Amino acid sequence: MKQGIDRRTFLKETGTLAAAMTLPVGLVKIAWGAEREETFTFAYISDAHLTQIEGNRFVRNFDKGLQRAVLEVNFMDPPPDFVVFGGDLAQLGKKEEIDHGLEILKKLTLPVKWVIGEHDYYLDLGKYWEEKVSPLHYSFDHKGVHFVTLASILTDDDWTHNRWPSPEERMRQMARLDNPQGSPFMVKKAQRDWLKEDLSKLSRDHPIVILSHSPLYKVFKPWNFWTDDAEEVQAILKPYKNVAVFHGHVHQILYNQIGRISFNAFMSTAWPWPYPVSYSQVPNRVPDITVFMNRADPFKERDATGWGGIDLAGGRSFAHHYQLWENSPRTLKKSPEGKHPKDTQYQNKEDRIPPQRHY
Amino acid sequence: MRTFLWGFILVALFVIAFSRPFARADEFTDQDLKNWDAAFQGVMKEGEKLFHSALGTNAVSCDMCHPNATNTHPETYPKFQKQIGKVVALRDMINWCIQNPLEGKPLALDDPKMIALEAYITYERRGVKLAPGKH
Ligand code: HEC
Ligand SMILES: [Fe+2]
Ligand SMILES: [Fe+2]
Repeated sequence: MKQGIDRRTFLKETGTLAAAMTLPVGLVKIAWGAEREETFTFAYISDAHLTQIEGNRFVRNFDKGLQRAVLEVNFMDPPPDFVVFGGDLAQLGKKEEIDHGLEILKKLTLPVKWVIGEHDYYLDLGKYWEEKVSPLHYSFDHKGVHFVTLASILTDDDWTHNRWPSPEERMRQMARLDNPQGSPFMVKKAQRDWLKEDLSKLSRDHPIVILSHSPLYKVFKPWNFWTDDAEEVQAILKPYKNVAVFHGHVHQILYNQIGRISFNAFMSTAWPWPYPVSYSQVPNRVPDITVFMNRADPFKERDATGWGGIDLAGGRSFAHHYQLWENSPRTLKKSPEGKHPKDTQYQNKEDRIPPQRHY
Repeated sequence: MRTFLWGFILVALFVIAFSRPFARADEFTDQDLKNWDAAFQGVMKEGEKLFHSALGTNAVSCDMCHPNATNTHPETYPKFQKQIGKVVALRDMINWCIQNPLEGKPLALDDPKMIALEAYITYERRGVKLAPGKH
């Protein structure tokens, strides 16, 4: 497989020149009062859910989503320093699905940092992922920012080891989002201890980015928009002044601020999920500050999916760009003085538009 | 002959009045209610199963995009669907999703599977006010 693609292939694969004109080229760098710190950009692609039908047949719709994200990220100008893949590359954790994903992502001309999702994990408990893709948790430093990646999708041992007749059945059970037999995600003690130790070398104002698959706060338990030991993880992060958490799993724009920790999720490349406010039978804790993405148009299969670009200025301020296909892009900004991130266009309630109302 | 006719009418009236008193439309029992609810629950559960299985040709199921049948909005139908250009029923949208994201064949509008899907979708939305036409 050839690395990268040329512009002609790109135009051909994205279809029209018009598509190329609306490309998210030239993400604006934001650096409020961050003279000392370096500014850089990374891209975020998540929740591809590549689904094997049979043999080498995969669901076309979901393949298209990931392929499009790869093409567009390759054409970011200036290019990002690296790409984070936020988890759920596969649908049922199969080797064939993970291999298929790696084949598509190989076309990225940039380094990739990997986060594991529950759809990648519950068939073989991360074995193939560790062999072929990446360790399950690790940390790295980039231009003065400390990045930590966690496997936040673990759950209790009894559910994992004793409950199901086969690994395939366990995977199917975990793959069903609205499963009453499901089990809540956890980081668990071993990783929490490791995290604490990993951060202990840093000064309190060192910028930190945490990459997880599930939100490290509690939104909606019935769909596992939830990490059961979120409070314990937040307690470890609390002493640090500049912490941003990026996560996948929720397949939607979702952001929150708890104390000095900001939380942010991007869209899936495969399909959007309803906001939990749309389930009338169970109360939810969807953060009040999130401006919802537009309700999806089912006649446009790429609507409400996409990818993200993040500009970090020393971790103290940021701009998140949501590259929503079939929709206007949105931007979220946080300044060092700001209490919480704000959508640049729609944050005030009176500025919102009808498609942002979900029910 | 006349006597015979009167006799016949009397017998007929007697039969109507007394022979099947429990068949009267307004006289169902608690047991009837239980049976009918069980019948509904059975179909609803069948719908839940269908909603969570690959009804088309590509291994994709409804719940992948509509957990707990959210964003199906049964209370808003019939309504104007801008992409179809007219007022349509919930069943039309169920079929639309079977044909497109699931790459399958549409169900007949009176297919028991269609009724089951509707039973599940509306049950997950129970208690929400009817809002026909709402987008
Ligand atoms: C790949 C994703 C996907 C799958 C799979 C899918 N749908 Fe949809 N469907 C959507 C989206 C997106 C919408 C638009 C949601 C909205 O209006 O907010 C939608 C809309 C609908 C609507 C109309 C909702 C409204 O607000 O008027 C119905 C009914 C529906 N789907 C039923 C189903 C059924 C039944 C299945 C399975 C046979 C299914 N869908 C499978 C994505 C999907
Ligand atoms: Fe996902
Ligand atoms: Fe997930």
